[in-house]
Amino acid sequence: MVNRKIVGAHYGLIDWLAQRVTGVVMVIYTLVVAIALRQGAGANYASWHEFMSGGLMRFATFVFIVSLCWHAWVGVRDIWMDYVQPAGIKLALHVLTLLALIGCAGWAAQIIWRL
Amino acid sequence: MTTRTLQFKIYRYDPDQDQKPYMQDIAVDVDATDRKLLDAMVKLKAVDDSIAFRRSCREGVCGSDALNINGRNGLACLADLASFPDGKPIVLRPLPGLPVIRDLIVDMTQFFKQYHSIKPYLINNDPPPERERLQSPEDREELNGLYECILCACCSTSCPSFWWNPDKFVGPAGLLAAYRFIADTRDQATNERLDNLEDPYRLFRCHTIMNCVDVCPKGLNPTKAIGKIKDMMVKRAI
Repeated sequence: MVNRKIVGAHYGLIDWLAQRVTGVVMVIYTLVVAIALRQGAGANYASWHEFMSGGLMRFATFVFIVSLCWHAWVGVRDIWMDYVQPAGIKLALHVLTLLALIGCAGWAAQIIWRL
Repeated sequence: MTTRTLQFKIYRYDPDQDQKPYMQDIAVDVDATDRKLLDAMVKLKAVDDSIAFRRSCREGVCGSDALNINGRNGLACLADLASFPDGKPIVLRPLPGLPVIRDLIVDMTQFFKQYHSIKPYLINNDPPPERERLQSPEDREELNGLYECILCACCSTSCPSFWWNPDKFVGPAGLLAAYRFIADTRDQATNERLDNLEDPYRLFRCHTIMNCVDVCPKGLNPTKAIGKIKDMMVKRAI
């Protein structure tokens, strides 16, 4: 294969938009948790458990985790794109990053359901 | 009438003679009539005629004397000598991120390749009218802040995304020019232009750090233009 620089993958908009939307989701979630902590939700295990195990909070925490992983995927992929040039190594790093994030998201979901 | 002696530290590299680049200390006397850095650099040539740099119009229009001046990209012909503090040497380096041909002269091939890749010309397949393609004053207003770019490369060579991926990222100068044609109501290739840029490298390497805005000698705002391209892509997609 000739060594030509090829661009034109025709994606990027969704990721760029998703990074912004997930950023907003994380800010809102962080504010909600910070306010709850100020109001004593983390005073002891019982109050923390009651706060986190509510249906709305489980939903919000799951959305937060998915947002975090998606946001991290776009950000980490950008780092690989900038600093790693060989296509094979870059692809391997992309796959490893995706697998690690999917694993973390699944693990976090398990923790939430167990509450 | 000598009024001031300026100290310079200048990046020197002649690939035919030097193993590696080095910084040369050199002093030059300037007169009260020497107002701009370029005036002093022309006098530098009289002290050491082996120093190589580009220059042409000397009034901020041609963009050929773009340099890295004290760590910041700018045009030598627009940099006021009075703005440099006494006693501190003026450090001149070539524009960062582009291959050095010699001393302060860089190879701009990659920069212009990216510029050409956005098709910097009006695409309109209608038969040309007898005189000219007209625009309303409001439509013409849209082009202000876009058409004035002189392609000096100060912006693109101060952008880390362009440093890492000069072969894939269009860079702020190219993207400003791209939006200049996207915003032009006489152009008929808006969709093709957006397709051409919808790419994780070509457009979305811009992370809005705004170095381009900071250094543009013409006071233009490539980041704003890039934001408008992204807005148009979002509007097209939803």
